[in-house]
Amino acid sequence: MKINDTLPLEYRTEENSNKIFGFWLFLGAEIVLFSTLFAVYFTLWNRTGNGPTGKELFEVGGVIWETFLLLTSSFTCGLGIHAMRLGLKKPMMIFFVVTLLMGLGFLGIEITEFVNYVHEGATLQTSAFLSSLFVLLGTHGLHVTMGILWGAGILIQVGRQGFTDETANKSFIFSLYWHFLDVVWIFIFSFVYLKGLM
Amino acid sequence: MKWDEFFVTGEPMIYAADVSIVLVSLAIVIGLTYFKKWGYLWREWLTTVDHKKIGIMYILSALIMLFRGGVDALLMRAQLATPDSKFLDAQHYNEIFTTHGVIMILFMAMPFVIGMMNVVVPLQIGARDVAFPRLNAVSFWMFFMGAMLFNISFVIGGSPDAGWSAYFPLASLEFSPTVGNNYYSLALQISGIGTLMTGVNFIVTILKMRAPGMKLMRMPMFTWSVLITNVIILFAFPVLTVALALMMFDRVFGSQFFTMANGGMDMLWANLFWVWGHPEVYIVILPAFGIFSDIISTFSKKNLYGYKSMVVSMVAISVLSFLVWAHHFYTMGQGAMVNGFFSITTMAIAVPTGVKIFNWLFTLRKGKISFTSPMLYAMGFIPIFTIGGVTGVMLAMASADYQYHNTMFLVAHFHYVLIPGTVFGVLAGMHYWFPKMFGFRLNERLAKTAFWLIIVGFNVAFMPLFFLGLNGMTRRMYTYSASTGYGPLNMIATIGALILAVGFVVLCYNFFYSFRHSPRNEGGDPWDARTLEWSTPSPVPVYNFAKVPVVHSEDAFWHAKKHNVPLYEEGPYEEIHMPNNSGQPFILGVIMFFLGFFLVFSWFIPAIIAGVGVIIMLAVRSFERDHGYHIPPKEIAATEQKLRGDTV
Ligand code: HEM
Ligand SMILES: [Cu+2]
Repeated sequence: MKINDTLPLEYRTEENSNKIFGFWLFLGAEIVLFSTLFAVYFTLWNRTGNGPTGKELFEVGGVIWETFLLLTSSFTCGLGIHAMRLGLKKPMMIFFVVTLLMGLGFLGIEITEFVNYVHEGATLQTSAFLSSLFVLLGTHGLHVTMGILWGAGILIQVGRQGFTDETANKSFIFSLYWHFLDVVWIFIFSFVYLKGLM
Repeated sequence: MKWDEFFVTGEPMIYAADVSIVLVSLAIVIGLTYFKKWGYLWREWLTTVDHKKIGIMYILSALIMLFRGGVDALLMRAQLATPDSKFLDAQHYNEIFTTHGVIMILFMAMPFVIGMMNVVVPLQIGARDVAFPRLNAVSFWMFFMGAMLFNISFVIGGSPDAGWSAYFPLASLEFSPTVGNNYYSLALQISGIGTLMTGVNFIVTILKMRAPGMKLMRMPMFTWSVLITNVIILFAFPVLTVALALMMFDRVFGSQFFTMANGGMDMLWANLFWVWGHPEVYIVILPAFGIFSDIISTFSKKNLYGYKSMVVSMVAISVLSFLVWAHHFYTMGQGAMVNGFFSITTMAIAVPTGVKIFNWLFTLRKGKISFTSPMLYAMGFIPIFTIGGVTGVMLAMASADYQYHNTMFLVAHFHYVLIPGTVFGVLAGMHYWFPKMFGFRLNERLAKTAFWLIIVGFNVAFMPLFFLGLNGMTRRMYTYSASTGYGPLNMIATIGALILAVGFVVLCYNFFYSFRHSPRNEGGDPWDARTLEWSTPSPVPVYNFAKVPVVHSEDAFWHAKKHNVPLYEEGPYEEIHMPNNSGQPFILGVIMFFLGFFLVFSWFIPAIIAGVGVIIMLAVRSFERDHGYHIPPKEIAATEQKLRGDTV
């Protein structure tokens, strides 16, 4: 196995640097996936049928909190990777725990919001606009959920094994994923909520 | 869902299928038990992560699906042979053209092409395996389980019946109330995810794992075609993922994406489907172009003419393939400007394709041509595919398409590109690389007989459809009256399909014949070929290359043979690191199958349980610590000694 000591731990073996490259490609596919969902949303967003429009539905409060939590969690995730590069296990783990907790907070708000929508009679079945809204947000939310489970698994492994080629590689790839979800959210925030409220 | 609707009933053909499914399964179970092969099957195949074996499993599944799709085709041709035929009713005909189309494109052409990639690409670039062998096994099992899920719709619940393009509103719950289109959305979803992972895997493999000295512009043309194909997969398949998910939401959860009321938009489906669908046809054609390039060069004993223009034209095709989707619905009212744009982009594809045709012809020019069976397919491909291409340009003209749209002319056109292109391509590749996979060649006499039956049968089966189409016979029409005058040409087409079927039978018989009679010990390079895969012994040892080859030019192996330069550096063997087999991909596939099945019938509690199962499998994989195993130099030396009789 070829090992290149001049690189950060997560890139050192050939296999691991291939994994990182492969994950970038996967994120490319994810970009296409979310772009398609956005395209669907933009096509359908004013086709509200008998249901409410975005303007009637959206509430700023929760969304601001969601945005705050997710953006901050992306920042702490980056700090976690920084700590990992410095070989600091405990700080890294703390940053990751904070990241995941904020992810949970985000999910909590999102779920409450969905429940509220449904109570107001705005469901997946109501109109094309709401279908596309729920599926776009839901896909992002599902990604966050998977991210939390995945991140928790990696945390346990770092806790048990410390930083190895493998755990460092996994943590780094997880961080790419988490930042990506943040970027997607920024688009959702701008083009779904802000645009909808205007 | 009422229980008496669970199993499809009331049709003698369905009962026959039920019986044959039960009999075949029993035969397999009894056979495996009797010959004590369960352990062998599990250890050597179901758990394998070896790209060569995964490739062989892909190809085998594709052949079985070719059989299923072919039976569908024969049933349709039997129905159309005579006017006012009562052989199939309208509903049955709808189901059969739908399953035929889906199976041929997604469960035959795709896996055949991916199987070829798996067997050949790592060998052509001098790698020991693909970048992510375990993921590769996951890809295969996702595809396989998706295909199985699609196939059981025939006997459980009912087949989809809204065409392979499943246009809304026809495919909506309102107009297609059976579970057929639920199968469509879920089976394609599962296998599509597998394909997407193949895309990631092969791009990394080709970009990162080439042998030293193999620059991008020294790669064999097949590898180039696979690289470009996988880039298309990466960008096209997520669109299908979304489209199918939305379809599932509409049908299973009552959302309003493509409905006729509450703001839904049926044309959104058509657009999403073809944004994926047109690149998809290039996904199955480009690797065939690559295969033909390698074969034509090998059997003309010349290097490929216009290597660079071959690459550039493939890149151009891949870009254009994303800009032509609306040519599938010129008649659906998007106005002259839009149609004009898509008309021009579509016609533009003819240019790079033409470049490739001329490059092949120039490669042949003054070559020392040997007409082996792979070469015959390549020679058949060039003129017939050109007919398909020229009729494609006719269809591309939006105004003229108002005449051709949805007629048998279109059906003839796309069979004229898909069969000589994709099917001939993978068959040529299968004959060409067969000795690499199994260590012996297919019998040439039988192979050539099959080829002639197939090519003659093909033309007799599809040439009449051009004229039927121009005379106004529409596609997807289950019967016609005698007064239309369509009868005689349809009868000829059916006879052609029968000849084609006989050709496939001969082709399959050849496997058994060659297994018993073909000479072994023909060495690793029976065709006197040019690229690295032929420098390995046949069949190829698990680790592919005892030493990683060093490449100095294009057609590296040919160069080494002709100039007597060594492909490997001097020195002793080094330990080789190999991945372990694993049963997880298979188990994950089985769980996905059940997840899909439960969702088809909207059984949500079992579906949630299966979903949890998937998450558990992911967690198991994450927590697993598996660092593979090492093959010691001694063992490598012994294997090489046995396979090539040489010592290093
Ligand atoms: C083996 C010989 C084959 C025969 C005799 C055959 C025959 C047919 C026939 C009769 C139809 C339906 C025409 C209609 O009524 O609309 C059809 C449709 C179709 N075929 Fe084939 N076919 C063959 C091979 C293939 C292959 C190899 C592919 C793809 C790789 C393919 C892809 C399709 C597709 C996509 C459709 C359209 C299905 C739809 O309308 O939804 N066929 N074929
Ligand atoms: Cu097209």
